[in-house]
Amino acid sequence: MNQVAYIFKKEFRGYFISPIAYIVIVFFLLVTGWFYFATLFLNNQASLRDFFGMLPIIFTFVVPAVTMKLFSEEFNIGSYETLLTLPVTFLEVILGKFLAAVAFVAAMLIPTFAYPLTISFLGQLDWGPVIGGYIGAVLLGAAYSSIGLFASAMTRNQIISLVIGLVICFVLTMIDRMLFFLPKSMLGIFEYIGAGYHFQNISRGIIDSRDILYFLSVCFVGIYCTYLAMLGKR
Amino acid sequence: MIHVENLTRFYNDLCAVDQISFDIRKGEILGLLGPNGAGKTTIMRMLTGLLQPDAGSIRVKDYSIDENSLEIKKLLGYLPESAPLYHDMLVFDYLEYIANIRRIEKGNKIDRIREMADLCSLNEVMHKPIGELSKGYKQRVGLAHAMMNDPEILVLDEPTSGLDPNQIIEIRDIIKKIGKEKTIILSTHILSEAEATCDRVVIINNGRLVADDSTEVLKKLASGKYLINVSLQQADIVSVKKELGAVDGVTDISRVRVNDGSNGETVHVKLTCKPGSDLRETIYLKIKQTDWILLNFHQETRSLENIFRELTTEN
Repeated sequence: MNQVAYIFKKEFRGYFISPIAYIVIVFFLLVTGWFYFATLFLNNQASLRDFFGMLPIIFTFVVPAVTMKLFSEEFNIGSYETLLTLPVTFLEVILGKFLAAVAFVAAMLIPTFAYPLTISFLGQLDWGPVIGGYIGAVLLGAAYSSIGLFASAMTRNQIISLVIGLVICFVLTMIDRMLFFLPKSMLGIFEYIGAGYHFQNISRGIIDSRDILYFLSVCFVGIYCTYLAMLGKR
Repeated sequence: MIHVENLTRFYNDLCAVDQISFDIRKGEILGLLGPNGAGKTTIMRMLTGLLQPDAGSIRVKDYSIDENSLEIKKLLGYLPESAPLYHDMLVFDYLEYIANIRRIEKGNKIDRIREMADLCSLNEVMHKPIGELSKGYKQRVGLAHAMMNDPEILVLDEPTSGLDPNQIIEIRDIIKKIGKEKTIILSTHILSEAEATCDRVVIINNGRLVADDSTEVLKKLASGKYLINVSLQQADIVSVKKELGAVDGVTDISRVRVNDGSNGETVHVKLTCKPGSDLRETIYLKIKQTDWILLNFHQETRSLENIFRELTTEN
């Protein structure tokens, strides 16, 4: 497990060396900040419901941008050859990179603590949904990171990796809002597949094991597909 | 040390490596030679566990690549072609990262990094991002990376490609220095390099093994004959052919050219001698008896280049 920690450390530090990380963070904070505060005083409610409501769609665009370089860059410059001849297993490499992406997403959320803090001065803020929302946000970030990681392991081109990741995440985010196209018998299944549905549950402050299980299974599927993509390269 | 048997690998329909078998002994420097696209890199990638063979087996010590690839990776240091490294990382950070993953103990880590920096002359660039380094330095960082854990086996894919002559000599010196204790496999298409550094050469063409022998033997065996060039002043071609042709063991004399000069003709000839014989002494004594002036006398050992071309350009 030490190997995972070293790879994690290297990848996580790597984020802050390149300017992409800062661009992504600024983009994320600008978009969330603008959309949230633009309607805050119109709604006249001391809650972060709108902020968390937008998070799945914003993550759809931001998280694949965070993960796009993880494998694509290695394939492109060929450094995966050096990486894979080190005494590490595929799983250690994948986990190290995955955890680094999740940690980066979590780090990106830290500045947004300013939102609940300022609101708590303005009115009576219910902290339950806020804490639930942040837990959900990290879980959602992890699920999307695993998908982005898979997209990254499929191609050496970072742009293609971004687009693949974005499309998959977009489908997961939007599927529960497109249910009216589907026959009634399949509604339940597709609602369950949608990430937005589970995230809403958690961000209401209800932490249900089914929702947590959902996010963990998405992570598992993403990581497993990444593993298969790596195996295919041999 | 390393035992490769019937190694085969396809890329889709293309057979990149076709039933190659060879052994590498401990402490040997093996040169993997071949034209571009012969399959050198593919063989190395399979040796390092990067690619899976479609058939055949690789054993390193007692480990099989299918079952104990992690153990083999611990024994191996690999320098891929053109040393692909993380461009954003500083040289020191990178070497530290490698030292960590290679499980170098905490106490030894800095010493080991320093040792590698000295060996590969990296001290001036330790604080620079790898992406800003020149090709020669990148190659040396790659070498330092490959040797970090003091591996028993080093696999170097074209370690000198794209370097200037000074850097080539520097890298070669490093390879020779470390080659005294380690088993090294290096691929190259520069033949003088293989001649200069390798104990043994494996030549590959179109994925097939066409020669596997020590550098010395290969050079001798190539044509089964050796040549002596002689230039003589104040001589004429007819008598040269007559006199030297009489020497026992000379099978053929061919005229290279004849120059007219103020001191008479200068005759350049090429003597083909029977294999396995060294006729230099006899020929010299023969010439001494005449009043020709000996301007040039040298034995031509067929260089690896000729062999290489002979073996890889058929069909």
